[in-house]
Amino acid sequence: MQFETSASPHNNDVNNVARVMRHVIYALIPGTLAYAWFFGPGVLINLALAIALALGFEALVLKLRKQAIKPVLSDGSALVTAWLLVLALPPLTPWWMIAIGIGFAIIVAKQLYGGLGYNPFNPAMVGYVVLIISFPREMTLWPAPQELAQQSFGLWQSAQIIFSGSLPNALSWDAITMATPLDITRTQLGQNMMLSEIQDSPLFGTFGGVGWEWIGNWFFLGGLYLLKVKIIDWRIPFSLIATLLIATTLTYASAPDAQAGPMFHLFSGGVILAAFFIATDPVSAPASNRGRLIYGCGIALFIVIIRQWGGYPDGIAFAVLLMNMVVPTIDHYIKPAVFGQSSKE
Amino acid sequence: MPVEQLSHFHGGLKLPGFKALSTNSPIQKMALLAEYRLPLQQHIGEPAEAIVSVGERVLKGQMIAQAQGSISAPIHAPTSGTISAIDKQAVAHISRLPATCITLTSDGLDEASPAHPLGETYRQLGKQTLYEHLRQAGIVGLGGATFPTATKLALASRRPLKTLIINGAECEPYITCDQKLMEERADEVLKGIHVLIHSLRPRQCLIGVEDNKPAAINALNEALKNDPTPSSVSIKIVAIASLYPTGGEKQLIKVLTDQEVPSGGFPGDLGIVCQNIGSAYAIYRAIYEAEPLISRIVTLTGAGIQNPGNWEVLIGTPIKQLSQAGGGYTDDVQRLIMGGPMMGLALHSDELPISKASNCILALSSSELPKTETVSPCIRCGVCVEVCPANLLPQQLYWHSRAKDFDKAQDNNLFDCIECGCCDYVCPSHIPLVSFYRYAKTQIWNAERERQKADQARERHQFREQRIELAKQEKEAKMAKRRAALKAKKAGDSSSSAKQDAIKAALARVQAKKSNKASNSEGTQG
Repeated sequence: MQFETSASPHNNDVNNVARVMRHVIYALIPGTLAYAWFFGPGVLINLALAIALALGFEALVLKLRKQAIKPVLSDGSALVTAWLLVLALPPLTPWWMIAIGIGFAIIVAKQLYGGLGYNPFNPAMVGYVVLIISFPREMTLWPAPQELAQQSFGLWQSAQIIFSGSLPNALSWDAITMATPLDITRTQLGQNMMLSEIQDSPLFGTFGGVGWEWIGNWFFLGGLYLLKVKIIDWRIPFSLIATLLIATTLTYASAPDAQAGPMFHLFSGGVILAAFFIATDPVSAPASNRGRLIYGCGIALFIVIIRQWGGYPDGIAFAVLLMNMVVPTIDHYIKPAVFGQSSKE
Repeated sequence: MPVEQLSHFHGGLKLPGFKALSTNSPIQKMALLAEYRLPLQQHIGEPAEAIVSVGERVLKGQMIAQAQGSISAPIHAPTSGTISAIDKQAVAHISRLPATCITLTSDGLDEASPAHPLGETYRQLGKQTLYEHLRQAGIVGLGGATFPTATKLALASRRPLKTLIINGAECEPYITCDQKLMEERADEVLKGIHVLIHSLRPRQCLIGVEDNKPAAINALNEALKNDPTPSSVSIKIVAIASLYPTGGEKQLIKVLTDQEVPSGGFPGDLGIVCQNIGSAYAIYRAIYEAEPLISRIVTLTGAGIQNPGNWEVLIGTPIKQLSQAGGGYTDDVQRLIMGGPMMGLALHSDELPISKASNCILALSSSELPKTETVSPCIRCGVCVEVCPANLLPQQLYWHSRAKDFDKAQDNNLFDCIECGCCDYVCPSHIPLVSFYRYAKTQIWNAERERQKADQARERHQFREQRIELAKQEKEAKMAKRRAALKAKKAGDSSSSAKQDAIKAALARVQAKKSNKASNSEGTQG
């Protein structure tokens, strides 16, 4: 009798790329809902728009590259990229900015480099950096968190704002937006105000900004889920958060009145999201375990440096991209000791 | 079964075992067949050389092919009969190239050649005599590597030996031949181990068995307790955690002794030698029954076979016959694997013979095969890094192998890869990683061979150039000598003008004398 042949191993684990991406999406849901709760449902409209655009752009490039479209679109990676970028943007970001950001993320940062697995830079962060450099004012238009806002928008109104770019009822952007806690801390510390004075503002919650700290908590929960189902490795989030806490503890201890504390840094802006969902993008992260510790540590240091001395209040996207550039070097020098090379005799 | 292992290795996989499939019935013996086909290469090293001719009658256990060179093993007739062919036939090899086989047509008498078992008298023999005995019996490592046992032992005994390890881990799913051997023939296995201890004189002997085989561990302990000839060397049966690939030699050494065989080195570097349970049993048969290696236990299993079980099979048995003994295939049989599902070789046909290396014939049904999923790009997720027992970076090896950047692949320690298949098994992108590593290794070996050839050619060329140069120089020297001689001769010629002067002077003197004489005579006449 004749048989078909195949290369060993002749069995397989039940795992695939789509499953990995699916778990990432599951883990993002609680934090996303918290975001919608505190900053309005605009984020959900942006999300739908961004996903549609991401899939559309990806299909377009695949068609131009004469590659199969369906298997790539169904792997869920474009979905995750779109989702992460939207989470980093204000909830009422106009549609054309979403289009530009997603366009850069999917077409330039991902597909022009060869598609999934070949991108040296995190696509979502590339999209974000393009937007913050090109449209710095629009990127700061964060509405006040729900509990402090005088004016909140429903789903329909949010959609109108996003697609028309103008506010209803002759409202001005100044009336509905507020500086983020990171922004305020940055500008007011610059004006030589004491930290305690700054943090008296109702914008500040228990650890970080009102709303922000809870969004952070829910993303933290999603991150723990990803650790539990072994989609991500503990090393990058651990070294990122640990380094951030140590570095900001040092700066805080050096001048407690003029520096924000470690918990504030952790729970304001996108640190938690970055630690569990962005820096852990495996494609643009180092291969080895020790390399990953270095990578997380490097991102945290860049975040602190940019927040402390740089021109941007948050700095996560730049920190991630800067460390993306270091990854090939890390991979070249940091290799695990192979079995028998560290031999004990 | 409490685990007593000393250490553990990085990574590894907890795999579903499917061992119960083939362990319900005792080891069965196959009826005599009409024909057996024996490949001359059933071991690592040089193929054996046939010493019989077509038409010759041979007896069971008679050597029909002898070892060639130091790393080789002889082949013996599994039963009595006539040699019907010595020619190239299909064998189980990844290349699918035919190889020389001896075909034996059985006469049904099963007449054995006269045997003189050593029995307990082996204890009076020196190790060299003993190893020669094992070498003549054609024993090779039956765990799968098939390295000639006598050579391995002789090499190991050159250095002081600390530990003899008996490998009863049997970590691949489905395979149970060693397990059944331990359960049913523990006394014999122990006697084989005593032979090893006698010849190697280790300080201790450890038998490593995975804890998913409690009956085998009990049987060995029982045999050890009732040992009629207890050894002065401590023998310990160690229950180790069931984790693929614990049965890999280097992994087992790490688990049992907490020592790592140096990268590129051998267990002997640590004063350790490993032997498989099946080999220990084969040694028993050779010493106590004077039977060379003409049979082995083969697990016939998988959902693709009607009645899975373990069989004592004569070497040379066509797989087809073994499958029929197991009730034949089920309708849903899809693949035929020699070995286990992780590292085994998929066979294209069941006409191939069982060889010394065949520990398992696995007939997989469609339900057992991985779903054919499309390969997607590597996302560097690193799951492969987590499971690699050699502590490599499989995704980097893949990246460089795929790019044909073989230098970089070697920088990433490609040759420390044991091809266990763990990375391949867990890869969410379904990339055939092990195939990429095999490809890269083959390319590097080929390049190395080419380089050696080129080096040889260059050396030969240089030698030729040198020889020509030398000849030229010699010629030159000769010419110079000759020229010098000529010159010397010429110089001699010029100095001979003085001689000529002298001659002239002499002639002149003679003339003068003559003229004097003439004038004198003229004077006397006048």
